[in-house]
Amino acid sequence: MSSLLVQAVVYLAAAVVCVPVAKRLGMGSVLGYLAAGVAIGPFVLGFVGREGADVMHAAEFGVVMMLFLVGLELEPAKFWRMRQTVLGIGAAQVVLTTAACAAAGLAIGLPWQAALAVGAALAMSSTAITLQSLKEKGLLGTAAGQQSFAVLLFQDIAVIPLLALFPLLGAAPAAADAHGAGLDHLPGWMRTLAVLVAVGLVVLLGRFVIVPLLRSVARTRLRELFTASALLIVVGIALLMQGVGLSAALGTFLAGTILATSEFRHELESDLDPFKGLLLGLFFMGVGASIDFRLVSDAPIRIAMLTLGVMAIKAVVLLGIGRAGRLSLDQTLIFSVGLSQVGEFAFVLLAFAAQLAILDGAWTGTFMAVTALSMALAPIVSFVSERGLLPRVGTRAKPARAPDTVDERHAVIIAGFSHFGSTVGRFLRANGVAATILDNDSDRVDLLRKMGFKVYYGDATRADLLEAAGAREASILVSAVDGLDAAQALVRTARRHFPHLTLMVRARHRMDAYELMDLGADRVYREHQDTSIRLGVDVLRRLGHRAYSAYRAGQQFAKYDENAMGKLAPSRHDLAQYISNVRQEIALQEALLTADLAHDPTAGDHAWDSEEMRGAITGRPPAST
Amino acid sequence: MARVLVLFAHPRLEKSRTNRALLRHVPRRPDITFHDLYERYPDFNVDIAAEQAQLVAHDVFVWHHPLYWYNAPPLVKQWIDLVLAFGWAYGPGGTALRGKAMGHAVTTGGPEAAYQAQGYHGFTLAEFLRPLERTVTLCGMRWVPPFAVHGTHRLSDADLEAAGERYGHWLSTLADHAGAPAATP
Repeated sequence: MSSLLVQAVVYLAAAVVCVPVAKRLGMGSVLGYLAAGVAIGPFVLGFVGREGADVMHAAEFGVVMMLFLVGLELEPAKFWRMRQTVLGIGAAQVVLTTAACAAAGLAIGLPWQAALAVGAALAMSSTAITLQSLKEKGLLGTAAGQQSFAVLLFQDIAVIPLLALFPLLGAAPAAADAHGAGLDHLPGWMRTLAVLVAVGLVVLLGRFVIVPLLRSVARTRLRELFTASALLIVVGIALLMQGVGLSAALGTFLAGTILATSEFRHELESDLDPFKGLLLGLFFMGVGASIDFRLVSDAPIRIAMLTLGVMAIKAVVLLGIGRAGRLSLDQTLIFSVGLSQVGEFAFVLLAFAAQLAILDGAWTGTFMAVTALSMALAPIVSFVSERGLLPRVGTRAKPARAPDTVDERHAVIIAGFSHFGSTVGRFLRANGVAATILDNDSDRVDLLRKMGFKVYYGDATRADLLEAAGAREASILVSAVDGLDAAQALVRTARRHFPHLTLMVRARHRMDAYELMDLGADRVYREHQDTSIRLGVDVLRRLGHRAYSAYRAGQQFAKYDENAMGKLAPSRHDLAQYISNVRQEIALQEALLTADLAHDPTAGDHAWDSEEMRGAITGRPPAST
Repeated sequence: MARVLVLFAHPRLEKSRTNRALLRHVPRRPDITFHDLYERYPDFNVDIAAEQAQLVAHDVFVWHHPLYWYNAPPLVKQWIDLVLAFGWAYGPGGTALRGKAMGHAVTTGGPEAAYQAQGYHGFTLAEFLRPLERTVTLCGMRWVPPFAVHGTHRLSDADLEAAGERYGHWLSTLADHAGAPAATP
C-alpha cells in the first residue's frame, strides 16, 4: 500500500516538475513527460526500476482511451469532406514512409518483421507538435496546413489497423517462413468469426444500448455518474475485445466513432480528457523510464545519425507528395518540414512491438530515443527552415520586383490578409491609402502581388520582417491575423520593437479583446460586434420599428457596449480566479447583463419626441398611441 | 394633371400622432408618390442617383416634415445638399428641375398666432422657410406656399381628423391643378 503511494508521489512529482519546464522551453508536454520518466528512471535517479513495466501496463490504458477520443473526434461529416485529401495524401505518406523506413531498417540489419514495425512506427508524426505550431503561426488555413491536417488524421486512423496487424508479425516464427505467418486454418477461421461478432456487437451496443443508457444517466444530472458511465463504456469494450483476442484500442476506437454522432460527444470528450491526459502522461513517463540510456551514451553518434536519417527520409517522402499534389514550393516545404518529426504514436507502436517480441530491447530503446530526439529537434528544424530555407525559395519575403516602390514607405501595415484583413485593405485602397501587407500564405501572397499589392511574405510576428516591411516608418499597424496566439505574439513584438506604432487589432471576442488590451493594443475591434448589432437593428425593423429609431438604438447600444467593455476591463482580473475560461466568460457575461439592467437604452434620446412635449404642455401623461 | 412626390421626413414618427394622422389621409392614387426619407435612409446615406431619377419622374414636390427649431429635420438638409447637385439642379447646365414646383407641408407645436410679426416667435412661417424657398427658386422651380397644421400639441382627435382631410384635399388639388408649368421663372 505504502509503496503504491510512494510510487504515485514519485510519478506525480516528476510530472509536476518536468512538464511545466518543458512547456516553458517550448517543447510540448509529451517531451516533458518523457524527461520526467528519464529522470525517475533507472539511469538517473533510479526511483523506478523493474516495476516500471507494470506501470506501463496500466498506462497503456491511456492509449486505449486516446483512441476512443480519436474516434469521438472523427466527425464523419468532416472526414467525408476531406476524404480525398485524407485517403490520397495521408495514405501515400503512411505507405511510402513505412516502406522507405522499413527498407532502411533492412539495410541496417533488422529482420523484416521488425523493419516493417519500425517503419510503420516512424511514419507517424506528432499531431500535438505539428498542429500547435501551425496554429501558432496562423498557417492552419493554408494549403500546407490543410494537407498536414489530412496526413495527421490519416495517421490517427492508421494506428488502429496497425495495432491489429502487429500480432500477425509477431506470430511469425523467426525462421524464414514468410507466407504461412503462423496462422492455423481452423483457429484463423474461428478468430475471423469472433472478430466479426465482436465488432457487430460493439456497433449494436453503441447504437441501441449505450446512447439510451447515457440519456437516462444524463437525466439524473449527476456529473460523476456520467463520468463513471463514460469510463464503463471504455473499460467494458476493452474487456470485450480482449476476450475475443482483439486489440482493445480497435474496439474503443470503433465505439468512439459510433458515439461521435450522438448528442453526448462533447460531454464524453470533456469527461474522459483528464483521464486520457493523465494516463498518457503516465505512459510517456513509463516510456522515458524504460529507455536504456547505456545505448544512447554508448553510441551517441549512431543515435544522432539515425534521428537525422529518419527525419530526412520523412521529409523527402513528404516533399515528393507535396510536389505531386501541386503545392507551391514553399507550401511543400512547410508541409514536409512540419511533419518530419516522429510522433507520440510511435511510442505506442514501438512499445507494442516490443511486447510482441517483434523488436528486441536494444532496438526498441534505440528507436524510442530516436523518436524522442526528433520531437525535441522539431522546433529547431522548423526554425531553421523558416529562416534559412523558406526565404530562398518560391515566394520571397519581399516583393520581388517593384523598383519604384522600394523606397516608398506606407504609413499603414496590415498583418494578415484573410477575409478580415483583405476587407480592411480593399477599403483603404478604394480610398487611396496604400498599405503594406504581411501574410504567411504564399499562394495568397503571389496572387496579391499580381494584383499590384505590396506584400511581404512571412510570419508577421517576427520583428525583422516587420522592420523590412517598414514598421519603423509606418504609423499604424493593423493586426488582422487569425487566432489569438498569432495576434498576441504580433502585439507583443510590435510593442517591444516599435513602440511608436498605433496598434489597431482585430479580436475574435470580448475575452480575446481583453487579452490584447492587456498586451498594449491601442484599439481593439471585436469581429462580431458591428455585425450582431446590425442584425439586431434589422430584427427591430422587421418587427415594424421605424428604421431611423432602430438605427439610433443600434448606435447607442454599440457605444454603450464599448463603454461597458472598458469599464469591465479592470474587474476582469478579479475573475481570473476562475480556472476555466468558460467559467470566466460566463461570469463576464453575467456582469454585462447586470449592467444592462441598470442601463436605459433611450436615455438622452428624447429629441423629436412630441409626446413628451405634449405631456409637459397639456399636463397629460404621454399617450401610448 | 401633375405627378406629385411627397418627401416625408420625420425622425420619430412613432411619437407623432399629428403626422400619423396626416399620413393616413395621403390619397392613394397613381399620380401621388409617398417617399419616407428617414425610413429609406436611416444612415443618412442618400442614394443620389435614385433620388434624382425620382425627381425627374415627378412634377410637384412636397417636403412634408415637422418644424424643429424653425427648420426642417436634418435629413432634409442632407437630402438637399446631396441631391440638388451643382450642374444638375442649379448652376451651369443645372436645368433638370426647371419648370417644376415645390413646397412644404409643415406641422408646428406652437399655435398659428405665435407665427406672426406680433406673435411669440416674431416671424411668419413663410418667413422662417425663406432659405428653403430660395432653394426652390434657385433650381428654377415655382414655390408653392406651405400647407401647415399649427398647435399640434392641443389638437383633439376630431381636430386631427379634420387636419388630415384638409391635407388629403391639398395634395389632390396639387395633383389635379398645380402641375401645369408656371410662367417661366
